[in-house]
Amino acid sequence: MKYADEFRDPDLAKSLVAEITRLADRLAAGRSRPLQVMEVCGGHTHTIFRYGLKDLLPPAIEFVHGPGCPVCVLPMGRVDDCVAIAEHPQVIMTSFGDAMRVPGSRKSLLEAKADGADVRTVYSPLDALKLAQAHPDREVVFFALGFETTMPSTAMTVLQAEALGVRNFSLFCNHITIVPTVKAILDSPDLQIDGFLGPGHVSMVIGTRPYEFVSRQYHRPLVVAGFEPLDILQSLWMVLKQMDEGRCEVENQYKRIAPERGNGPALDAITRVFELREFFEWRGLGSIDHSGIRMRAAYAAFDAERRFSVPNLKIADPKSCQCGEVLKGVIKPPQCKVFGTLCTPATPLGALMVSSEGACAAHHQYARIAMPPRAAAAATMN
Amino acid sequence: MASPRDTTINLAHGSGGRAMHELIERLILPAFDNPRLAALEDQATLPLAALAAHGDRLAFTTDSYVVAPLFFPGGDIGKLAVCGTVNDLAMSGARPVALSCALVIEEGFPVADLKRVLESMAATARAVGVEVVTGDTKVVERGAADKLFINTAGIGVLPAGIEIGAARARPGDVVLASGTLGDHAAAILIARNELALHSDIASDCQPLDGLVRAMLAACPGIRCLRDATRGGVATVLNEFAAASQVGIRLHERALPVKAEVRGACEILGLDVLYMANEGKLVAIVPREAADAVLAAMRAHPAGADAAVIGEVLDQPRGSVLLDTLFGGQRVVDMLVGEQLPRIC
Repeated sequence: MKYADEFRDPDLAKSLVAEITRLADRLAAGRSRPLQVMEVCGGHTHTIFRYGLKDLLPPAIEFVHGPGCPVCVLPMGRVDDCVAIAEHPQVIMTSFGDAMRVPGSRKSLLEAKADGADVRTVYSPLDALKLAQAHPDREVVFFALGFETTMPSTAMTVLQAEALGVRNFSLFCNHITIVPTVKAILDSPDLQIDGFLGPGHVSMVIGTRPYEFVSRQYHRPLVVAGFEPLDILQSLWMVLKQMDEGRCEVENQYKRIAPERGNGPALDAITRVFELREFFEWRGLGSIDHSGIRMRAAYAAFDAERRFSVPNLKIADPKSCQCGEVLKGVIKPPQCKVFGTLCTPATPLGALMVSSEGACAAHHQYARIAMPPRAAAAATMN
Repeated sequence: MASPRDTTINLAHGSGGRAMHELIERLILPAFDNPRLAALEDQATLPLAALAAHGDRLAFTTDSYVVAPLFFPGGDIGKLAVCGTVNDLAMSGARPVALSCALVIEEGFPVADLKRVLESMAATARAVGVEVVTGDTKVVERGAADKLFINTAGIGVLPAGIEIGAARARPGDVVLASGTLGDHAAAILIARNELALHSDIASDCQPLDGLVRAMLAACPGIRCLRDATRGGVATVLNEFAAASQVGIRLHERALPVKAEVRGACEILGLDVLYMANEGKLVAIVPREAADAVLAAMRAHPAGADAAVIGEVLDQPRGSVLLDTLFGGQRVVDMLVGEQLPRIC
């Protein structure tokens, strides 16, 4: 398939892996622990597991799966608030598919739907706006989630609702911004991460400059990476090359999509509609200053938090969960006390088990058993 | 029709009274057109001697069909209701003989649509050589059902000596798929028109009994056979791996997938291995018979794109692995819930 297969060429992968192994061997000499590279974005985590990249790389390199899965880091209290809004009889709650299963302290949206709430999966916030136009007698709420990747589309939808004079449409805004969270991880005393793969789709909107503090203040290399397996390998190679050459920079592997300065009109729309919250709770990481996004007062009419009363309770993460330590690379998913026993994709306790992009769910789904050596059994495959 | 003004189904059509009889006599009996049904008894009777001539066991199955939209590229709920039950019978190696048809109709359903569905069922049944011999009609109030639900049960005759079962896979066996994967699920997703995607993908909805007969003629010792409906190939193979206590290794580059279906999966973040098929089967056969079975499948219209997709291993017991296109490997687990499109 065009524009996909080119980035999945096994032969190119082999030569990249050979280069990565050569660099890793050189860097590993004189180190007592493996090189840890954090892929910030859940999309990268998904690619790493889906294509079995770990299996191709030398043991001297470890991926640490970062906090960039917006579904995973959503705290239970916010899910509870969303369910409470959905349970208003006049409300049609609309959501992206993978947010439907996120557990709240009472129930998930999927369970609220089964109990009679009108909850519908949409593929775009514009679908929710159309629904509002088709049902003028109902209140249509869009469960807005995600980093800067999804913010422009929700912002544009609000602007369009305003332009069209649609009065029965609002957002339950849970957008978050990744930069303060990367900073919080870098400030953590038990940090062991040597380099970063930056989230390519966030950079498609914000550009690559907002990450410069990572190299300047924290002296870690960061490469903004695409989402195909060759993108990940090439970005990893770029991180190692910086380390090998004693450099520490923000580089852009995803130039075909992510411009250095980002996308002006998208940033304008975000700025018009949204502003930073003082602080926002992240599941597994706790409260992080200026990491949450809310709607500006000028758009209060489209803000579900202002239009509906919500319980707004802080629900503590289950004590047994070690999501925070996994997110910081201190332990790996299977080393968590409850991984695969109390916490599974069917019964997620911790944030990282919730979505297929969460590190623990991906690990559980794709890699929880030791891989046997490949036999020469592919003889009949031709 | 019952009377010229009845262009939609109403509660009277399920009441047991005159309107229901007219519906049955003017719409249902002519569509299925066979003497066993036309007798209008509370049950159909099937002479044992005729059945016993074809085998030594009966196979019996049932399935309910709910699909939105009712009509989609490549099929409709009627065709689905016949193929699904015929295929469930065929996966044991049985020759399908007779079906039942129970309709649950929402009040207000257009009579013309019902006629279209019944004619589609009848045409599919005729093509298979199976008769719809008994049935039931219920009409429920608006909102109590979504337009039309169909249940079909089926009886088939299983020839002596055929022993197919999920627990029979052995290390060294070969895994085959009968054609391109995910066509039905992709066609339904696109037909729902929620995605503003346009494509020519049609459902693969088709009966597989003929294909199975051809496969059994090539190798009566087929180990495992299942049609890869809900949950797709991944679910079926996990069932085989668990029941047989073997490992199964798939090869991503060997999976037959249409380019349009791959494209839809890429856009939506779906995995084709979990997508439903309605006219594809997965088989596990002894290695020495694999070439003959594959040739027999490819010679049959329902198996033209058949391929070897993997093999059975001793380890890891109960698990399915995938050698990725990219040279890595990963576990292919059962799905936890429905596959949901990803955010970004």
